[in-house]
Amino acid sequence: MNLLEVKNLRAKIGNKEILKGLDLSIKPGETHIIMGPNGSGKSSLSKVLAGHPQFDEVSGEVLFESSFAMKNLFDWEAHERAHQGLFIAYQYPIEIPGISNRSFLEETLKAQCLAQGVDAPVGDEFDALIRNLSKHVGLTDDFLDRGLNQGFSGGEKKRNEMLQLLLLKPRLAILDETDSGLDVDAIKLISQAIQTYKTENPESSLIIITHYTKLIELVKPDQIHILANGKIEKSGGYEIADMIEKKGFNYSEVGK
Amino acid sequence: MSTKKALEENKNYKYGFETHLETSDFGFGLDETVIKKISNFKKEPKWLLDYRLRAFEYWKTLSEPTWAHVKYPKIDFQAVKYFSAPKSETEPKKSLDEVDPELLKTFDRLGIPLQEQKRISGVAVDVVFDSVSVGTTHQKELEKYGVVFCSFSEAVEKYPELIKKYLGTVVPYKDNFYAALNAAVFSDGSFAYIPEGVKCPLDLSTYFRINAKDTGQFERTLVIADKGASVNYLEGCTAPMRDENQLHAAVVELVTLEDAEIEYSTVQNWYPGSKEGKGGIYNFVTKRGKCLGARSKISWTQVEAGSAITWKYPSCLLVGAQSEGAFYSVAMTHDKMQADTGTKMIHVGPGTKSTIISKGISANQSVNTYRGQVKFMKTAKGARNYSQCDSMLVGDESSANTHPGIELLNNDVVIEHEASTTRLSEEQLFFLQSRGMDAEQAISLLVNGFCKDVFKTLPLEFSVEAVKLIEMKLENSVG
Repeated sequence: MNLLEVKNLRAKIGNKEILKGLDLSIKPGETHIIMGPNGSGKSSLSKVLAGHPQFDEVSGEVLFESSFAMKNLFDWEAHERAHQGLFIAYQYPIEIPGISNRSFLEETLKAQCLAQGVDAPVGDEFDALIRNLSKHVGLTDDFLDRGLNQGFSGGEKKRNEMLQLLLLKPRLAILDETDSGLDVDAIKLISQAIQTYKTENPESSLIIITHYTKLIELVKPDQIHILANGKIEKSGGYEIADMIEKKGFNYSEVGK
Repeated sequence: MSTKKALEENKNYKYGFETHLETSDFGFGLDETVIKKISNFKKEPKWLLDYRLRAFEYWKTLSEPTWAHVKYPKIDFQAVKYFSAPKSETEPKKSLDEVDPELLKTFDRLGIPLQEQKRISGVAVDVVFDSVSVGTTHQKELEKYGVVFCSFSEAVEKYPELIKKYLGTVVPYKDNFYAALNAAVFSDGSFAYIPEGVKCPLDLSTYFRINAKDTGQFERTLVIADKGASVNYLEGCTAPMRDENQLHAAVVELVTLEDAEIEYSTVQNWYPGSKEGKGGIYNFVTKRGKCLGARSKISWTQVEAGSAITWKYPSCLLVGAQSEGAFYSVAMTHDKMQADTGTKMIHVGPGTKSTIISKGISANQSVNTYRGQVKFMKTAKGARNYSQCDSMLVGDESSANTHPGIELLNNDVVIEHEASTTRLSEEQLFFLQSRGMDAEQAISLLVNGFCKDVFKTLPLEFSVEAVKLIEMKLENSVG
């Protein structure tokens, strides 16, 4: 049984069609890479799946496995999708001054634990957990007491997203250009966090949206897709990454 | 207002109901006769009537202040009723048991039960309905400690010396247009005196209710904390939904002697008008505290969530050496509401200290202005002020203004000022939702995060209520 099935997904903002009949399936435990030129609809895909309100029209079908049955993802509100185990690491994580990173993380975990009917770690237990995870993604304790992403550098924001990934243990994580704008060391840190997540959650799946082939070598994906012009143009293995590395995204144009 | 629309708006303002009672009033308009009638009704001594008349003469020479960042049609002060009371309240009565059941029911519905067995424990309440105080709870209990808590009218009768000594010493009638108007026509309000060395065993509270149509409410509150005394004072207010604007022009005076402390908290929830800006209360209030004694403290905490227009600057005169003033404020405006609010901290004594934390939230097409003045007199050597003014904009049609002012007559002072403007966006809400919080939790987290420095200064029950109030208003504005 698939974890996610996307069939003929279309999305519009105003009159502009951004996703134009996208198909994608992913099984539990798989890692998929989505590559594609700017403006091809990569970020829109993750936003549509997460339930972002910016789209005026969404059609097609998205099924998500829940209690061993495929359910319509669009029946759930954004927070319910999160409860079902969908997680997006955003390309541009938002800053919210006033809410400390710590209380945000605590509230988030609490909301998800409550939905799953398990006790959320509180007090010292939460503190220990969060300190340990922070260390893992290379964030120091004082980040916890700052406003959510407030004044964080691009790299720190991305690490904070990875911290949330490790904390929330989603069943499907979509990493939207998490590696963009990072130096080599930071990319290594991100890929280590991804490895940790995969090892600790072997049944969980990953969709990694990226521009670069660097991360591909590090995470060893099961499939690579080319997203262009609002749909998946090509799917396959490492050979696709090789082609892109050599010829750029024009490859897909050539392929048509 | 059509019934359907009224019902719709009622969901947003559950205090918008009206109590139908037989009332007495002195008709529309203001002249000496009306003032004499008010004074006569309250059987006031001559000195107080003279005070009112002096204030009235002075008021007639003034024109309305126009410097605030608010817009409204000119008020016709002759089209306002200056006194209205339920008929039953015009008869003498001995105890709360004799209060008109209809009034008791009203306060029940507002969550302020007056009957002995239902009262909120730990809080003594004085309830003011239009122009009269209906009753004060827990008086006997407070008497044991020598604490006086009663309506202003009762205080004039029983404690004339205290009233004479302090009335108008913090807010003189010459202070401003509305202070003069209030001094001329004030009807009822609360009076509290905490004797030397007494820590008031109960929180004191006044609940103001405007009910009658076309009527203004002009209450007067005076709280005095004698040497080493301390008290928590809470204030709440609501009004029915009406298409016409109603005027509320109150004066609050606080006095602390040596080492005394007053914490004064307000949750202001007057009817804000309809979504289209029809009706609502004009809340033009002068509140000021005087830290007369050395090391005394006055702190204002206000949650401004209602009123069509709020014009209000709870201030502190820091006279005593090392005295401290504080102003903590959350002002929320939505739809067509306007607020011009802030504080004045006047440092007179040496080593005086003031803290200002102001949080403005403006949603829809509302306008929210912070206006502050921190003044250091020549004598205020070694004084210090910390100010923090933050604005949160919700949506892209609202506006926020900040006018902090500092005046220095000596240079031996420390001043810190911080200010910020943030925008509560759909993006922030979505982000929190996509991490598993529902809209309510997300808004709550955002509001609490923004306002926590102010909310934590409120007494617990008040704080819970205030958070809920702001959250509900924001939910309506965002979703």
